[in-house]
Amino acid sequence: MADRFPSPFDIESPSGADGWQDLYTYSSLFGEERRDYEDGGFWFQDGVHWPEVLPPWDASLFELAITALGQYNTRHYMVPPAYGVDFRILNGYVYLSPVPAPAGDIESRVPLFMERAGYYFGNWNRLYDDWLVKIRALVQEMTDLDFSPLPEMEDMEVITSGAGMGSGHRLIANYHDLLSKAIQLWQYHFEFLNLGYAAYLDFFGFCKQAWPSIPDLAIAKMVAGVDVDLFRPDDELKRLARKAVEDGIADRFESGDVDTTCQLLKSDETGQAWIAEWDKACEPWFNFSTGSGFYHSDKIWIQNVEVPFGYIADYIEKVKEGVDLNRPVEALHAERDRVVAEYRDLLDSDDDRAAFDAKLGLSRTVFPYVENHNFYVEHWAHSVIWRKMRAIGEALVGAGFFEKADDVFLLKRYEVADALFDYYAGWSVGAPSRGPNYWPTELESRRATLDALKAWSPPPALGVPPEVVTEPFTVMLWGITSDSVSAWLQAGDGEGGDGSLSGFAASPGLVEGPARVILNADGIGELQDGEILVAPLTAPSWAPVFGKIKATVTDVGGMMSHAAIVCREYGLPAVTGTAFATKQITTGQMIRVDGNTGKVTVID
Amino acid sequence: MTDAPHVITFDTLTEHYQPIVGGKCASLGTMSQAGLPVPPGFAVTTAVFAHARDLSETQQEINDLLADVDVDDSAALAAAAAKCRDIVTAWPLAPESEQLIRDQYADLCRYCGVEDLPVAVRSSATAEDSPDASFAGEHDTYLWVRGADEVIEKIKSCWASMYTDRAIAYREEMGYEHYNVDMAVAVQKMVRPRSAGVAFTLDPTNGDRSGICIDSAWGFGEGVVSGAVTPDNFLVDKVMWCVNRRTISPKAQAYQLVDDSVQLLDLDEDTANTPSLVDDEIIAIAKLARTAEKHYGCPQDIEWAVDDDLPSGEDVVLLQARPETVWSKKSHEVKAEGDLMSSIVSTLVNPLYSRKEGSGS
Repeated sequence: MADRFPSPFDIESPSGADGWQDLYTYSSLFGEERRDYEDGGFWFQDGVHWPEVLPPWDASLFELAITALGQYNTRHYMVPPAYGVDFRILNGYVYLSPVPAPAGDIESRVPLFMERAGYYFGNWNRLYDDWLVKIRALVQEMTDLDFSPLPEMEDMEVITSGAGMGSGHRLIANYHDLLSKAIQLWQYHFEFLNLGYAAYLDFFGFCKQAWPSIPDLAIAKMVAGVDVDLFRPDDELKRLARKAVEDGIADRFESGDVDTTCQLLKSDETGQAWIAEWDKACEPWFNFSTGSGFYHSDKIWIQNVEVPFGYIADYIEKVKEGVDLNRPVEALHAERDRVVAEYRDLLDSDDDRAAFDAKLGLSRTVFPYVENHNFYVEHWAHSVIWRKMRAIGEALVGAGFFEKADDVFLLKRYEVADALFDYYAGWSVGAPSRGPNYWPTELESRRATLDALKAWSPPPALGVPPEVVTEPFTVMLWGITSDSVSAWLQAGDGEGGDGSLSGFAASPGLVEGPARVILNADGIGELQDGEILVAPLTAPSWAPVFGKIKATVTDVGGMMSHAAIVCREYGLPAVTGTAFATKQITTGQMIRVDGNTGKVTVID
Repeated sequence: MTDAPHVITFDTLTEHYQPIVGGKCASLGTMSQAGLPVPPGFAVTTAVFAHARDLSETQQEINDLLADVDVDDSAALAAAAAKCRDIVTAWPLAPESEQLIRDQYADLCRYCGVEDLPVAVRSSATAEDSPDASFAGEHDTYLWVRGADEVIEKIKSCWASMYTDRAIAYREEMGYEHYNVDMAVAVQKMVRPRSAGVAFTLDPTNGDRSGICIDSAWGFGEGVVSGAVTPDNFLVDKVMWCVNRRTISPKAQAYQLVDDSVQLLDLDEDTANTPSLVDDEIIAIAKLARTAEKHYGCPQDIEWAVDDDLPSGEDVVLLQARPETVWSKKSHEVKAEGDLMSSIVSTLVNPLYSRKEGSGS
């Protein structure tokens, strides 16, 4: 078995993608100047959040996210063994490398961590309540940013109020404000997350010591909430489906066409009442991405109404068949209590039971944040950011810079400021901006480069793997263990070629069925009843299709990945983090998925 | 006593019947009542015995035979004992008793879907299994008994086994009156295992109390118990009821039934490599073991079988349960260190999974 992964310096640019480096910030690239450090490190591809090639602007949120992650470990809470996670972009794909704290500093960081993290643990509920207020306020502030095009003439009001500033300033300042708020958003995101995982890991470790064979998902089940915001969008779809049936307007969804359905709904009071309920559900719950939320191309329900309408139509059929769509909340609570009580009974001493109670208590305190933050940040706030960016794109389309609004995502984040300045300059001088002549050819070349990058398959890891994966957050957040690293090395050698794959046993059950390989959210409509979904990853918003599939297999994801949470909720067998499922399995093959052991086998 | 029932199925044998069914039947009834399915069958109570004895009017004759015998004179003891047994086996059954036994046996045959179902007929003396005077092994057990006539004959043979040389000598030695012992009889289906084995209510590899560890092979459990067959192994989580680990072994041989005797036979390769249990059976066995553990209040080591004659879903039966003795005695305390914050620091600095999984290569 090989003892290392390819060097990032030996990876060539795919043909047709020369110069791809210009699409990203210089600091996010591998470079000769840092070669000693970079070549000796271990870099894994983060397919959990960034499975596809990053468009240049989308790289911004990647960089802000990973930087904020590091800041809390390294500078805020002084997590004793862990600094942040270093990040690079190679051929358009992202690679991460956890950075340990220097061994000599660990001891001196311990009392600092205990004081700082201890403060958050001790005041968690108050701070989390504050967080919910902060995040909603931030989303509102971003929503209020005005990116409408520059006017032919400033309003009289600008004159009479003595503003002394105009729309050019508004456009440029608001863009800087948007970037600043995106930084703020990602700092908020990690305010609690690593601490939440640390508390969970402590409970997890206790359980594994007490019961070495306890399934990971049993531990998750003891901690997991039942009323989780991440399930709200799906609950809202079901509510709207039930309402349509109850009000006798279910037939209006039969055409499968959004415009037709909307016309029918608007035609009378009953339909209008339904639309009012729909509007209520939309904000904020349908600010829900069909992907990880990290790509501008991920569809967001309220902007792609055909997606939630399709789900509602499916649910309407189920309601008509008499299926109870309610999640059995009371039964879920009772089951959680049973699992806790029965494991607790197996402990040997009162001391153990006291420790178990304390650790479980803290884990349950921190978990609502762990489960809910994803909706607020990656889904809701990001969908606002993508909308605002498209508004900028529209303004620049109007000024002749771009053909379509989405072209704005082909610019790096500071290039957008430059383009806005160019637009502003042309507008204020009253002479041509350079943009309309500059960007069309440039963007055409960038599109070709990105297409070439898309054809490339990123290796799962680069560089020299650690002897043992010890970095606690790597395992929690990305599901990377010593075992998965050695599986990657073996697969690279062509070993273990018995047609079987292994990953995390994320949700129990054993089923066989035909595979359907779906590479992104646009393909989920191809899923047929009884198929097994094989995907790079799944998003929480795919939940409505879980009613018709038999199991899920993903390339990436850890035990707490958002997909794993939803799979468990839907009682669907799932194996996550197999690394190669979408490459080794083809649509139509019969496969066996064992969610109890994490094995996936091709059986024909 | 004349109002006492004559036959009682194990699954309806509640505690208050224990005085009239003897120790063996009482324990089968207790297990059944506790949700521990034993192979099905019924008790023939002491009422049947007493009825037959009284009808025969031979008790005085037996008492006289034994009053004179010198237990140290083995030839004389053997002769007297043989005469007593002849007397007992000739006892006439009360017609109502006989009909009840025939009906009950017919019910059992119907339930198992087997004509002339093979059963074990075992004595279950009222003094048997009492802690101060164990008669265990003193009385006879008859295996592979087929048909109602033979069942009735063997019931009488069980009664007669009160008068073996050893049983008589034992009672004399202990100072028990011969006529004070009443005899009940257990009639129980012979298990015809598709697969069988043992189960521990903890993981014997590490003492993990959340696991139920099952060893299983085709046919009778002798192969697993003796080690002649390398069994399949399954580890079931006793809270989540999922199979955490499964090892399928090539089970080249199996103890199987040939003409009412159990023989070690070779298996073809396909059968050898097929798991000897399906998941529903694995979970049923684990739940059975867990019920035994809860019933007896300590970790158990059980023997079980999946009986081919019983209806699916009711075919997992408990053959034996005894306390597990190795890990039960050891502490399995975790002893988490210090306060919550220190423990979190320790978790971060030295994560468990890195200790557990090693380098993985």
